[in-house]
Amino acid sequence: MMKLSMFRLSYWNRRGISFKSSPSLDPTFDGKSPSSVFWLVIHALCCLISLILGFRFSHLVLFFLFSTSVTNLYTTTPFLSVGNGGGVSQLLRLKPLETANSTAAKKNNSRVVVGRHGIRIRPWPHPNPIEVLRAHQLLSRVQKEQKSIYGVRSPKTVIVVTPTYVRTFQALHLTGVMHSLMLVPYDLVWIVVEAGGVTNETASFIAKSGLKTIHLGFDQKMPNTWEDRHKLETKMRLHALRMVREKKLDGIVMFADDSNMHSMELFDEIQIVKWVGALSVGILAHSGNADELSSSLLKNQQGKQPLMPIQGPSCDSSDKLVGWHVFNTQPYAKKTAVYVDEKAAVMPSKMEWSGFVLNSRLLWKESVDDKPAWVKDVHLLDDNGEEIDSPLSLVKDPSMVEPLGSCGRRVLLWWLRVEARADSKFPPGWIINSPLEITVPSKRTPWPDSSSELLVAIKEAKNSQSGTERRPTKAKGSKSKSSKGKQEPKTFDGVNTSTSS
Amino acid sequence: MKLWSWVLIFIVCNLTFSTISAFRLSRSQPTERISGSAGDVLEDDPVGRLKVFVYELPSKYNKKILQKDPRCLNHMFAAEIYMQRFLLSSPVRTLNPEEADWFYVPVYTTCDLTPNGLPLPFKSPRMMRSAIQLIASNWPYWNRTEGADHFFVVPHDFGACFHYQEEKAIGRGILTLLQRATLVQTFGQRNHVCLKEGSITVPPYAPPQKMQSHLIPEKTPRSIFVYFRGLFYDVGNDPEGGYYARGARAAVWENFKDNPLFDISTEHPTTYYEDMQRAIFCLCPLGWAPWSPRLVEAVIFGCIPVIIADDIVLPFADAIPWEEIGVFVDEKDVPYLDTILTSIPPEVILRKQRLLANPSMKQAMLFPQPAQPGDAFHQVLNGLARKLPHEKSVYLRPGEKLLNWTAGPVADLKPW
Repeated sequence: MMKLSMFRLSYWNRRGISFKSSPSLDPTFDGKSPSSVFWLVIHALCCLISLILGFRFSHLVLFFLFSTSVTNLYTTTPFLSVGNGGGVSQLLRLKPLETANSTAAKKNNSRVVVGRHGIRIRPWPHPNPIEVLRAHQLLSRVQKEQKSIYGVRSPKTVIVVTPTYVRTFQALHLTGVMHSLMLVPYDLVWIVVEAGGVTNETASFIAKSGLKTIHLGFDQKMPNTWEDRHKLETKMRLHALRMVREKKLDGIVMFADDSNMHSMELFDEIQIVKWVGALSVGILAHSGNADELSSSLLKNQQGKQPLMPIQGPSCDSSDKLVGWHVFNTQPYAKKTAVYVDEKAAVMPSKMEWSGFVLNSRLLWKESVDDKPAWVKDVHLLDDNGEEIDSPLSLVKDPSMVEPLGSCGRRVLLWWLRVEARADSKFPPGWIINSPLEITVPSKRTPWPDSSSELLVAIKEAKNSQSGTERRPTKAKGSKSKSSKGKQEPKTFDGVNTSTSS
Repeated sequence: MKLWSWVLIFIVCNLTFSTISAFRLSRSQPTERISGSAGDVLEDDPVGRLKVFVYELPSKYNKKILQKDPRCLNHMFAAEIYMQRFLLSSPVRTLNPEEADWFYVPVYTTCDLTPNGLPLPFKSPRMMRSAIQLIASNWPYWNRTEGADHFFVVPHDFGACFHYQEEKAIGRGILTLLQRATLVQTFGQRNHVCLKEGSITVPPYAPPQKMQSHLIPEKTPRSIFVYFRGLFYDVGNDPEGGYYARGARAAVWENFKDNPLFDISTEHPTTYYEDMQRAIFCLCPLGWAPWSPRLVEAVIFGCIPVIIADDIVLPFADAIPWEEIGVFVDEKDVPYLDTILTSIPPEVILRKQRLLANPSMKQAMLFPQPAQPGDAFHQVLNGLARKLPHEKSVYLRPGEKLLNWTAGPVADLKPW
């Protein structure tokens, strides 16, 4: 029906003909002129035929008869002009506009007419890429204006502190953080502290970001247990803060651990911090074991709804900071991971560093004008045996911390710790230079008519090459969701490979 | 002495400049003042400029009708009810008809609703006629001017033509008895029978609380280019298309249904108001009548209205420069809507958004209860005040009769 409308011709008013008003507007209908009789007869004939055939025969006939006057983009000739004194319907003549105009010329010529109109469709009703581009430019201009009006007046530099070290999943985690930071619309300084010293791998990775980076090396190697790792990370962060003080960087310091996930609104929100701010961090503590996860979900479904565990500030009804939400480690009492690659849930520390932001002026050596008295000097806290587990140790009065993200109600970042097995190997730079030498036929092909004989191309890996080559292994501890689409790795003559469909 | 006067002038100048700048700084969004063809009149205060006398009609003309169907308070024709309520308690009201400049007749002609909620206008002419007969016989003011200093609120589809079908409305014309009165109506189209000279066009009623409750933070970036939700084909009344909206809505659909810039569909999402606040342009095409509440919604939510209705007269057209605020597209240019909209320079778009952000603009489109300064009620009164003083020709000589009380279809002459 829609298609027919494209070829539609409007010809007469189905609602009937009324002679209500002034004869001056009525050129064709005074009395029974022969043309009108003719049209009446045709109309009746078409109606009869339509009754028999079951569709609107008259449309097609007239279309084919007058197809010369039809173009894809056409305007219908209006057949009812509106003026003072009421409307009269006329039978349409397929003549141009002049007839209607001449009759109504003496009145105020309204170009709007009542009745059936054609539906105008242009010859190529599809988007024009140049116009789409222009529209997107308009959108970005409008959004820029919105940001300048409703956003932050004078945005400060964001100083991001990330402790990292070379391991299998470093590329995975750092890519996420790097891409988030590349999207931040403010000036950014990325301080990457690497355990085990500065390596080329990490350096080349972060150079890809195009951001202003400071790559620091830290001389200790990252230990294998989570607890020690947290302690070392704290030391690395303090090392970065010392760098901030040395270089007198001005801005807002935030701690972006490389495996965390940040939303863009986070960077807008931290701009409003004055001295020390606290955010709500969503804790994703899981073991990567699919069965355990589903069983815990089932248990929760029977009772109350599972709430997302949050670490962050807690406010009373007048939006004043009254306390802290801390992650409840009770349910995981027996099953927490001790070693970095263990297949159990990783517990966050009591107050994660990533949930705090600082004004970098707090760290400066010289006394800044309005540095508040409730902040300890970082200089004095330098790892002289004092336990610093969170930025809260830097403040004497924790109630002066500003809660961000509408008082902790908005979760703007998520904490997650996921690492591969300690002995897992990965190709340097995650680039496979020579093609994989071993292919294993997949058990289930997606195509239903797969032939019974599967092509098997197996070559024996040369022993000499196997030493230099690092074969990708499926690391354990990764999210179980991704394993659903993959096949089980087949062991084949003692060589471990995995294929993906 | 001279020194003192200079010092005084200096101090006064400083104070005024500081208050002006303080005023500007206190606004969160830079806005521009709106001035239409009548000047900068949106913020005028009508109190003191006119006096309105409200006739006391028996409740069968207003209260009883509303009691029968309280849905009338929420539909888009509710302006007539709220206008009466506003006038009854407004300072412009006078109880002395001798000193009144304008007379208001509170009769609810658009409250006879079908089960679906659409008003039937068939009894409205008789109701209006009966009300006028009542006031003509009980008070001398109607006969004094034959209604030229009276005003009526007729918010129906085609105003005082009292029909929902355009051809029939044109056929009936404006009710003869209202030929001299001022009509406050939502319908406006140039060179149309149902819009008489001197009418005041008002926006349709849109519930202010409902719209306020759906506001989203203003810094949410506007990411939709063009937005529209509504019918393109009225399959019930016009299954093949071509009548409904003069084919304009159908043309929008056929041309842009697969264009990613156009977020158009017939759905009824619950996030309709929120989505409008995330769009730059909102289409306001005509339907069976050229006006629609979409215009009000677009103005409230800061979305630039794209008006596709030939010769339409928008609300308060003398006070609001619609050409500078909205985009007008001829119905014949609908297939090129994307070209037209994308070729608007960004400065023009930003300026339009600034004009839309002006709070007096948004106020002028609303009918809040209780009334607030600058809202649509006040704009109507301002419009009436601008028509004062009445010309001499308004007052008839004794014995002179201009209106034909027996004109019109026979069915309308029956008593109500």
